[in-house]
Order: sequence, then C-alpha cells, then structure tokens
Amino acid sequence: MALNEDKKLYHVSSSPHVRSNVTTRKIMTDVAIAMLPATALGIYRFGLHALLTVVLTVAAAVISEYLYEYLMKRPITISDGSAVVTGMILALNMPPQIPYWIPMLGSVFAIVVVKQLYGGIGQNFMNPALAARCFLLISFSKAMTDFSASFPAGADAVSGATPLAVLKAGGEASLSDLFFGNIPGTIGEISVLMLLIGAAYLLIRGVISIRIPAVYILTVAVFMGLFGGRGFDLYYIACEVCAGGLIFGAFFMATDYVTTPITPLGQIIFAVAIGLLTGVFRVFGASAEGVSYAIIIGNIIAPLIERATVPTPFGKGRYAEITKKLMNENKGGGR
Amino acid sequence: MSLGTFKGGAHPYEGKALSENCAIKALSFDGEYVFPLSQHIGAPAKPCVQVGDTVLAGQVIAEAGGFISANVLSSVSGTVKAIEPRMQVSGFPVMSVVVDSDGRFEPVEGSGQKRDIDSLSKDEIRDLVKASGIVGLGGAGFPTSVKLMPKNDDAIDYFIANGSECEPYLTSDYRLMLECGEKVVGGIKVCLRLFPHAQGIIAIEDNKPEAIKHMKELVKNESRIKVMELKTKYPEGGERQLINAVTGRYINSSMLPADAGCIVHNLATLIAVYEAVAEGKPLTEKVITVTGDAVAAPGNFRVRLGSSYKQILEACGGLKRDAKKFICGGPMMGQALYELDCPVTKPSSALCAFIHDDVAENPTTACIRCGRCVAACPEHLVPPMMVKAANADDMDGFEKLGGMECMECGTCSYVCPARRPLTQTFKYARKKVAALRKIRAAEEKQRKEHEEAAKKEAEKKAEDMKKNETGKEAASWR
Repeated sequence: MALNEDKKLYHVSSSPHVRSNVTTRKIMTDVAIAMLPATALGIYRFGLHALLTVVLTVAAAVISEYLYEYLMKRPITISDGSAVVTGMILALNMPPQIPYWIPMLGSVFAIVVVKQLYGGIGQNFMNPALAARCFLLISFSKAMTDFSASFPAGADAVSGATPLAVLKAGGEASLSDLFFGNIPGTIGEISVLMLLIGAAYLLIRGVISIRIPAVYILTVAVFMGLFGGRGFDLYYIACEVCAGGLIFGAFFMATDYVTTPITPLGQIIFAVAIGLLTGVFRVFGASAEGVSYAIIIGNIIAPLIERATVPTPFGKGRYAEITKKLMNENKGGGR
Repeated sequence: MSLGTFKGGAHPYEGKALSENCAIKALSFDGEYVFPLSQHIGAPAKPCVQVGDTVLAGQVIAEAGGFISANVLSSVSGTVKAIEPRMQVSGFPVMSVVVDSDGRFEPVEGSGQKRDIDSLSKDEIRDLVKASGIVGLGGAGFPTSVKLMPKNDDAIDYFIANGSECEPYLTSDYRLMLECGEKVVGGIKVCLRLFPHAQGIIAIEDNKPEAIKHMKELVKNESRIKVMELKTKYPEGGERQLINAVTGRYINSSMLPADAGCIVHNLATLIAVYEAVAEGKPLTEKVITVTGDAVAAPGNFRVRLGSSYKQILEACGGLKRDAKKFICGGPMMGQALYELDCPVTKPSSALCAFIHDDVAENPTTACIRCGRCVAACPEHLVPPMMVKAANADDMDGFEKLGGMECMECGTCSYVCPARRPLTQTFKYARKKVAALRKIRAAEEKQRKEHEEAAKKEAEKKAEDMKKNETGKEAASWR
C-alpha cells in the first residue's frame, strides 16, 4: 500500500470547498445600517428621549438574549446581530415620549418569549419585534398611541391624530410632509424618504428582494382604491401608502427572512395576503392602522403557504412540456 | 445578442487570473506511473497485462469491463511493476496497474497514423474512440464512445462543445481553446459526421473574450459550427444548465441529453477524439491547471496520465506558502486531498492549493431562512426543506421534494450565510435513496419469485389432486 502513516495529512472536506463572504452577521449589520437614516431623523425630530429609547431598547434585547442563553447553557449568539435588529425595529415603532420601560419590556418579550422559547434565531414563527409591538399595543394602549408630543412645531396639536387617522376620518394629508417626516408618528416611521433610502441600500446589497414589498404595497394601493371610499384618487392612494407603518413594514418587517415563505410564489401569495389584511384593517377596523397585525397573521400562515408552493424542479412538469414543444418545432423547420 | 444562460446560480470568486495567461508547458517524469482500473463511470477495466510484462506508450493495459466502461492505456513505455490497490484522489485505494517507465516513451505500433476524417465510416470513428480509452475529461468521466452512441443518430439536433469552464480557478480549457482551437473544431467535425442533422455549438462563458474571438475566427467558414457566448455564472457548464442555456430545452435526472436531442462534450474530450481519430494518437496525456494562492508559480501543464500530483507540484515550483488545503479539480466540485501522492486520471482537471480552508474557518450556524439557496439552486429545488427531510431520515419526503434532481453542484452551500452543509447532506441522502431503491427492487424481485414459485406449487398440487381423484374414480370404477 502506498499510504505512509508518518506522512503529513491535509484537511479534507466534502465539496464545495469555498464559501461566499455573506454571513448572518453581515446581513444583520446591513439591516441595522439601513434603519439608520430613519433613526437619525427620528432622533433629530424628537430629541434625546428618542435616542435613549433606541439605545435602551436595543440594549434590553441584546442583554436578554445573552442572559437567556447563559442561563440555559446554550451557545451565546448575540454577535450575530439579530437581537440588535429586533431591538431597533421595536424602538422605531415606539411613540416618541414612551416611558423607557415599556419598549424595554417589549424587548424582553420579543427575545425571550417569541424568539428563544421557540429555539432561537431562525425558529420563531412570528417576527419578534412585531409580536412585541402588538403585545405592548394591547397591554399599554394609551401610552402606545399617544402621539401628542410628536407634533411638529406649529401644527394643530389639539386633534391628536396621525395622518392615517385624519385620512380615515375623511380629512386630507400632505404628501410632502409624509415624505420628509413633518408629521406625528412613531420614532422611525415618520419619513418615507428616510425609509426608502434604507430600503434602496438593502436592495442594492441584495439583502432583500423587491418581490414582497412591491406586491404588498401594490395590493394595499389597489385595495384602498377599491374600498377606501374615494375611488382611484391618486393623491389619496399615495397618502395611504406613505402614511402609517406601511413603507416601514413592507421593507423592514414583511421581508423578515425567518417568518416569510422562502419559495418565490409563496412570497407573492404572502404579500398579497398581508396587503389584503392591511386594507381590511384600515378600512373596516376600529383603529386606523393595520400593518403590524396584518404581517403577524401573515407570519402565522407563511409555513402553510410555503408548503403549498414548492417550485417545479428543473426539467420536470411544465419544463418537460417546453422541451417537447421546442423539439417538435425543430422537427418541422430545422431539418 | 443576449447571452445564453439559466435561472439561478452564483458568482464565486473566479481566481482565473492566476494562471490564464500561462501557456501550456509539458512536464515529464521518470519512475513510476499508476493507472487505476476505475477512472471512469461504469464497470472497472480488466487488466490484460501481467507483472513483468513490457508495455509501450499507448498500449491497452486493461480492457473495458462492460458496455459502460473504458480501456485503460499506459502513457509510458516500461515494465509492469505491480497490479495492486493504490491510493486515489477519492481517498480510497483502487486496483491499479503500476508501470515503471524506461524513460523512452516508445509509442505502440500504429500510433501517429494520419487518417482522413471524411473517409471514415461511423463505425470506424466509434471504434477508434473506444479503443483509445476516451472518457469525459471535464470531470464526470463518462465513457465517450457510449455518449456518441445514442439510440437514433438522426434525432440529435445540437452537438455542444462545453468551453464554459465555469469552475473557479480552472484555466486549462481556456488555454486549450487558444493553443489547440483547430483541434477542438476538428473534434466537432469528426463527431458531426455521426449526427447528420446536428448543429455544432461551441459554448463559452463571456469572461473569456480572447477564446471567443479566436474560436469565432476558426469557425467562420464552417457552416455547421458556431460559437455561442454564455453569461459567466456557476454552474453554467453543468450539462443540464448548458443545454438549457444553449437550446432552451430542459432535461431532468431521469433523461439523457440525447432524449432532448443534444449531446454535450467537454472540449478537452473533443481534442482527444480528434487526436485519436485523425492523428492516431490515443489518450495518454492531459492538460491540468496547477493553481491557488499557495502555489509558487501557477500554470497549465501537459502531463502524462498516471503521473503523481506530488511530482507535478514539485516540478512546477512547489508552494510559496504552507497550504491548508489541496483540491483535485476546482473548489466547487473538486475532491479534497489528504495526501498528494495520487495519480492523475482521465477526469482530473486541476490541482488547487489554498492557504485558507474556507470550510474549517466558517463554522455552521442556524438557518435564518434567507432563501439564498432557493434563489440560487440551478435545479429549482428548496434546500432547507430537503435538509429537514434528510435529517429526519424521511427519504420519501426528500424524494418528493425533488432530492434526486440535485446534481451536487455546491451552489447552495456556497451561498449559505449560515454555512450550512447543504450539498453535503444531499450527497449523503441521495446515496441513501439510491441504496434504498436497490434494496426495494431486490425485495420486489424476491417477492415476485416467491409468489411465482408458490403459484407453481399450488398449480402442481391442484393437478396432482386432480390426477389422484381421476385415479380414484378410475379405481372405483374397476
């Protein structure tokens, strides 16, 4: 035998032997970076309280993940950055004068109850930040819907309503105010422009695909046109799209990897479903907003959608038909 | 013109700049050459020489062991030293003929005989290819003569020369196109004589503009051959993806390319066909790329089959830094070597030496369901679901998800940000499904035999009883 025992042996592995440079941590970092423009504007508009809200919410998320994993003697995964992203999304969903302990409690709920109890990253069936937001909305409705402190200078602070509520009551909203963040609202969702800058970054970096956001927004637009009560008035529909949490939700929450289908067709069905739900909640619901609940319900049906939309393997089914057709064409003309 | 391509795929770091401008150099060694009897898909060859025999370069030393099999030829003249198991790139010892070279490389009688390809019959061409021991040189090692024998020669619409070389770092096909392009065209012309209705297509990825230009120039007067540019993407050169990119047709795991009217050959294989048929030169050499960030002087080398990788690496200047990992073939589908003293076989295409071991340096983390593998899978499969089924030992589920369509190209594992061993799991699961199918088929056969035997038994009994009864009746009558 040619094998000498004293010879130096090299590493072996099963192919492929190279890996792309994209890692979970890099993806999470990109998502966090994409939220920075919106965060910055929120802090600029609402001041130190907003900054502290973001910092404390993120810290609570990371620390609760560390403590849970430490106590459960599981590998510590805080360095993958997913807890930071969860904390940031949750913080950006908070009204600007929220008592700090509310979002911090939300962080603990998101990380421990929604994420870790189900097995940690990749195993949760709901978006942790969204689930926590819904939990806080129900538990602390007053504080969570109090936007009185978030009014731009000179605006009519008496009515206490967000643009979406104004729209629902039959009033008008200003598209330019919605775009540049000159409205009352949560820390992160006031400026469509800042959110779109972040979304563009995610698209360019290949972190998200346009599929879910585009179909989702389009579905809401069509739904509002049909059932919003003002017909296909473009200005009204544009306001509906830009107001509330739709842009933030479409690009940052409905694109969450873990809780959305991985099949291409499944993603389209998912986006249509949450678009319809958002429309129903906005038009027929008690409150003006419905993005969070719509996405959460979408998360729950995502596994079912996924199972029903497994793509046809290469060369099977319809691909075999295409091949047959091409070969017959060749028989007629090619020879 | 839009570039031909397929849906999915990935863009691994190409690394071709290391060796693409290095002209092919011939390397020759004294001493021992090792010829494994199984360096192709199919039955191992049967040795037809004995220890102590004198052999010549190009002499058949082992004959094809079945229909899907290939001859093994000695690449040197010398004496048969041993017929014994020797270590292979696969990591297992394989029965091999070991020849001690006499250093003269004396060719076997009849080699170098020029033939006019237009006067040869189809059978003569196929016999020459078969005798020369040619198999797919791109990596799969499927016997070429078998590929050239579809059920119906007239049903072949496309004859595709695969010059895409989509595997990162590899440049031997590129150099062959630049340096022996006319032999590629010659090989296609030989094969087109077998398939009267086929269009010859040389498919090249667009990261090789020089080769595209050169080959276009060579075929400008050939009415039946044209060059097609393909998008640079891995695995553009996979047989199924290549056929799809060139013709729009799709084949699946249970089809042969010929079922879709196509035949695909690696272009190094076509050069071997041309040399065997037109120049009377059997397959004894191979151009391989020696490359990687640990290699002192990367390049492309013409070596005799049976040479050892260790000798080759030493002869071309060795390493400049300690290598963590050696790969026979490219980094996407090649075989990692734990020792270098293995022979060059027909499907070998490269030796890569890397300073880093990407696999060991990137530990697996949890799946975040990002869907990159789904988007990249060239077979349109859903790797996370397949992994779940395979890990739960649900082989029926794995098959239902199209697991047997996987061609183990490695794209899913490459793109996975959690560094999950997807391809690796599928390799294991596919082997398991294949084994289960075999067992089931054997059981089914046994059951049928059993049933048949029981049936016969029952029939015999019934007949006997009938006989007895008639006998009794007859007796009672008496």
